[in-house]
Amino acid sequence: MKLSELFNDGKFVITTEAGPPKGVDVERMLEDVELLRERVDAFNVTDQQSSVMRLGSLAVSALLKRRGIEPVFQVTCRDRNRIALQSDLLSAYVLGIENVLCLTGDYVSLGDHLGAKPVFDLDSVSLLLTASRLQEGYDLAGREIAGSPTFCLGAVVNPGANPLEPQIIKMEKKIEAGARFFQTQAVYEPERFAAFMKQVEGFGVPVMVGIILLKSAGMARFMNRNVAGIHVPDHLIVEMEEAKDRAEMSVEIAGRLIREMKGLCQGVHIMALGWEKYVPTVLDAAGL
Amino acid sequence: MLVSEQKPLEEILRSLEGEGRVFLLGCRGCAEACQTGGEKEVLAMKETLEGAGKEIAGWAALDFLCQKGLVKTGLYPFEDQIVSADSILTMCCGIGVQVTSSVVGKVTHPACNTISLGGSRGEWWGSERCLECGDCLLDLTGGICPLTACTKSLINGPCGGARDGRCEFEPEVRECGWQLIYERLKKLDRLHKLREISLPKDFARMQPPKDLRGTAFWSLGQRQEERTGDETLGTL
Repeated sequence: MKLSELFNDGKFVITTEAGPPKGVDVERMLEDVELLRERVDAFNVTDQQSSVMRLGSLAVSALLKRRGIEPVFQVTCRDRNRIALQSDLLSAYVLGIENVLCLTGDYVSLGDHLGAKPVFDLDSVSLLLTASRLQEGYDLAGREIAGSPTFCLGAVVNPGANPLEPQIIKMEKKIEAGARFFQTQAVYEPERFAAFMKQVEGFGVPVMVGIILLKSAGMARFMNRNVAGIHVPDHLIVEMEEAKDRAEMSVEIAGRLIREMKGLCQGVHIMALGWEKYVPTVLDAAGL
Repeated sequence: MLVSEQKPLEEILRSLEGEGRVFLLGCRGCAEACQTGGEKEVLAMKETLEGAGKEIAGWAALDFLCQKGLVKTGLYPFEDQIVSADSILTMCCGIGVQVTSSVVGKVTHPACNTISLGGSRGEWWGSERCLECGDCLLDLTGGICPLTACTKSLINGPCGGARDGRCEFEPEVRECGWQLIYERLKKLDRLHKLREISLPKDFARMQPPKDLRGTAFWSLGQRQEERTGDETLGTL
């Protein structure tokens, strides 16, 4: 099922993440997925997240599909050139994968193979363009392909970027290149998100607000210092700090943020980072 | 030697669209040797552009556009002409284009593609770097090369990793190249250039064409080394 069908039906779409393990033991990841499968519409399968070598997003997307669970196949440009990327897109299609999220990818320095050669033959915009070209029946070299895939292509945008203008210009290029939905970087300031949504409301493409579950005040401060475009305001940090039960507070904050922002956008993408078991209560708290 | 070749005239004219008065800048270094941007080629370009309806605000051919200090002082006598121009057409390698746009507050268009740096990065090292891609993008990016200024060599705008204008890789020493490009384009009122989708680069153009490898100016930079290499092999 393509996410675009859900958006077209006017559904508020809910996605979360499935993080492939470093190795071949997929049991735990699948347990987490099983825990949430009835509550979310699809699982983003991350692609060597943070440049850390892991089991592949294509394989895990196929595993989920085989279990009747909808994957969003994440593809980055860091590790593959245009030949491999096109091939993986075709492979994904024949394995039944219909949703693809096209990303640039983190630089290799963030991960665990610092000496790896960064590829970036394509970028997020040209990857979307490439996938669109395949859908039209041609490869990037202009050669006809035998049978063409159809995907629901997605992309990301960072509403907290400063300056915001180049992000929005790039968002428009992504739409022109074929993006049919957007997921955002984590947002903790509903007012700022509202201002962003006002700027992009004319684009006519559904936006899913990103939520990262706060695990502690320290984590919030770490993200403020180190993660581009994420700003956790002081009052949330204080709430986390003073909480008797951090998990309970985390759930309450995430639920509150979603409640405040769900009227502004068309879906939510929850990144639980190991706290998958709390996602159902977050959704309860958010009234979803 | 830095080997360049002129871009097709249509591409140059496309980049000058909407600009009536152009200042032409050549280089008496490698571009003169390559016959792509010496005095002779600058004067030929003047005639061609005038034929295409452009007004030439003035022209200069300076020594070594890869050297910022020389360019600053060398352009000083032409200040009035440059100020009166809508843009500058720089006829040399990608380093010279980047140097020019960094010292002059004007839109700077590249007239050439840089095919090979021939083992040298300009007569003087500077922060302006060229990747010899053979298909110069500097016209779209305000004279800052996205291939060398952006750690990921992205050509369609910034990734999501920059923070406070610093790159996610070694932020203490690296600026976000796209932040620099954005600011430069904004200053030049050329942000619309950022809206054009850049198609995937043709990396085959990074390999210098074989017909060029036989020419004299290619040989100037390469032949000596190769011959020395042969002799060494022969005596082994």
